Amino acid sequence: MKILLGVDGTDTSLHALEQTVKRAKEAGDDVTVGIVTRDSDRSVAGTRSDVDEIIESSEIDVTVQHLDGDPGSQLVELAESEDFDKLVIGGGKRSPMGKIQIGSLAEFILLNSRITVSLIR
Amino acid sequence: MSPDHTCPDDSAGPFPLPPRTFTDRAGRDIEIRVYDGSEDEYEALVEMYRGFDSKDRAQGIPPGREERIRKWLDNILSSECLNVIAWDGLAVAGHATLVPDDESYELAIFVLQVYQQAGIGTHLIEALLGHGITSDITQVWLTVERWNNAAVGLYEKVGFEVSDSESFELQMGINLDNAETY
Repeated sequence: MKILLGVDGTDTSLHALEQTVKRAKEAGDDVTVGIVTRDSDRSVAGTRSDVDEIIESSEIDVTVQHLDGDPGSQLVELAESEDFDKLVIGGGKRSPMGKIQIGSLAEFILLNSRITVSLIR
Repeated sequence: MSPDHTCPDDSAGPFPLPPRTFTDRAGRDIEIRVYDGSEDEYEALVEMYRGFDSKDRAQGIPPGREERIRKWLDNILSSECLNVIAWDGLAVAGHATLVPDDESYELAIFVLQVYQQAGIGTHLIEALLGHGITSDITQVWLTVERWNNAAVGLYEKVGFEVSDSESFELQMGINLDNAETY
């Protein structure tokens, strides 16, 4: 399966990357990571090195791309224009109370993607 | 979750201090008390959540299975959290809690199905805020599913205001600075 994973550098997105490469190793998925930036306090370079570290230890081949512009629309556009089978994102943090909260990137993708979306909690 | 739990500037209140007793709209005598930390009260809470209808779950809580209910309760009944319980005799009718989050507290309230629409929610949340004020809590926030009109109406009635309406859930806040208790 051809999978596009959106990573914005948050812990939930890196957790989603770990889960995705784990699955890819067993299922033989073709994984592309789209690095997006949302807030200025998180550097692309920092996210990139976190991503590389996870990919290296996974021992599978993963393509990494940087996506400039609005994260949600960039991911949806790439997923559709390059015939991905699935768009994967992390999301669903828990509040101190334990309530599941869907972030704005996950919400945008769930509402706007025409291909299948997997939300990894 | 937005990192900015902006709360309204205006102060709210006044709020009653538990314990409180009242007769609900179905004629039941209800007492609201601060959770005393005893095993009996803990087990009574577990009983209530075991009977909780899954259609009234919101954002993944309360959890469905007993094992997970206990784990969740261990977290929100810990000593840094504030909890009040509405009792109908020895049975729990509802429960409201404040859980710390940096400078502020997250609020949630649960009323068992057979006790809903009887005014218990309003009494519970007001008593919890009164209890919070005496513990020097000033900022309280919550999230609520935006279609849940009954809950949003209840929160607005006690003084919560919408602070973020840009995600799946509404975020609401209340400022208890200078709020009085009675």
